Amino acid sequence: MEKVLMKGNEALAEAAIRAGCKCFFGYPITPQTELSEYLSKQMPKRGGVFLQAESEVAAINMVLGAGGTGTRVMTSSSSPGISLKSEGISYIAGSDVPCLIVNVERGGPGLGSIQPSQQDYWQATKGLGHGDFRLIILAPNSVQEVVNLVVRGFDLAEKYRMPVMLLSDGLLGQMMEPVAFPEIKAESADNSGWAACGTKMQREHHIVNSLYIEAADLEEQVRKRYERYAVVEENESEADCYLCDDAEIVITAFGACSRVAKSAVNKARAEGIKAGLFRPVTLWPFPKKQLIEATKNAKAVLSVEMNMGQMVDDVKLALDCKLPVAFFGRTGGIVPSPNEVLAEIKKLNGGAQ
Amino acid sequence: MTYEILLAGFGGQGILFAGKLLAYCALFEGKEISWLPSYGPEMRGGKCNCSVCISDEPIGSPQVLEPDLLVVLNGPSFDAFVPSVKPGGKAFIDSSMVDAKTTRTDIDCFYVPATQLADDNNLLKGANIVLLGKLLAETGIFSFETVRKALEKNTPAKRAHTIDNNMAALKLGADYKG
Repeated sequence: MEKVLMKGNEALAEAAIRAGCKCFFGYPITPQTELSEYLSKQMPKRGGVFLQAESEVAAINMVLGAGGTGTRVMTSSSSPGISLKSEGISYIAGSDVPCLIVNVERGGPGLGSIQPSQQDYWQATKGLGHGDFRLIILAPNSVQEVVNLVVRGFDLAEKYRMPVMLLSDGLLGQMMEPVAFPEIKAESADNSGWAACGTKMQREHHIVNSLYIEAADLEEQVRKRYERYAVVEENESEADCYLCDDAEIVITAFGACSRVAKSAVNKARAEGIKAGLFRPVTLWPFPKKQLIEATKNAKAVLSVEMNMGQMVDDVKLALDCKLPVAFFGRTGGIVPSPNEVLAEIKKLNGGAQ
Repeated sequence: MTYEILLAGFGGQGILFAGKLLAYCALFEGKEISWLPSYGPEMRGGKCNCSVCISDEPIGSPQVLEPDLLVVLNGPSFDAFVPSVKPGGKAFIDSSMVDAKTTRTDIDCFYVPATQLADDNNLLKGANIVLLGKLLAETGIFSFETVRKALEKNTPAKRAHTIDNNMAALKLGADYKG
């Protein structure tokens, strides 16, 4: 299959079109700009709708509306814009509407910086809005994986009738790598059982809504939703292990940061240190069982992140205090260097400099 | 084979384009590649750099912090990046833009008056490609034919005439004996 060089943001946009995304609603922000720029040119030519809304709040509510008709729909933003969208995301989750939400993360809090970060891990995995709900969170670490996970994201969203977030960052978005577009067969899910797409006066109305007047009704709905989440947790968690089998020190890292961690693992191995890398591909559901398996020979775990320590909480929970878990991070838009990570590995290996 | 390459200068000097040409050359030869621009609140005249990794193995970190090959088109980049070149590495410096000389003896520095050479030969804005020519001549990583293919891939039809100019600039750099 022919490979082309593309930026992560552009490849993400192309993958979305090929995966059958018909509507995009967004509002400009760096560093996701190339994504909406690409779609603004391509969507109208290829049978889709591109709409730049008047605000993030408007854009996410358009996603709710289009998604409620069973249409494949996507929005993208970067960190501050996702915060603005969080109200709508909660409504989408409460209405059981499938959609794909892209966050090309930048530094925070506030307007922060436009450089790459992973400071939205907690927001994405724990609290993307008010209420009891989950999103499936996918975290690619290469341009090719961005493409693959866009396709998977749409399929998962429709399979479980829930919003899916693809968590990218400024580095993955701006970087060019060779990428191939597999022949994508969009699994055209049958949304006819629930979508509000016109009754033709031949059936009862389908109601897409998140408001329940009776508390008991709401509790029942939320409980049903959590039964679905349990199935997602059972079936959809995924991780990628690199040299973990004999690893005494296992690094946990996701997204762009895992690329740095992999370089550090290679450097450590070259110096005779048995290091390995465990990379969650799904951040929710967090790949707990895979992490336990990957650390069976480990004496310590090091979580490396581009934030002040967020995923490290899930690592500790998954390992249930059975192993010491250290943390190393850079934040605000700074990408750590492999040598910095190597120094932390050496500290854990008992060779503090 | 792994090359970590850093190109640096002012925005508008074709830093990202030169990096892109190297990346496409590597693509044609089936290598693993990453191309990463620096980005920020920057524009023409601001600082600009570009990391290109080329390897037979999958690329880990795409940020080039200790380049094997460095291309420098201005003074601030010379000061910032020449100290970071890997021992045994090579630096290609536009000496029309940079007066300084490095005191390092563990790297090979090639001083090419790239901007001057380009201007003298009516190849305005060709300094990036002149230095690329010198880099190819000294390392042999890609042939001229491969670069031509990369230029063809990255030049819009209405600017097709610039391909020959860029090939001329490439040769100018390759032939320069400082």
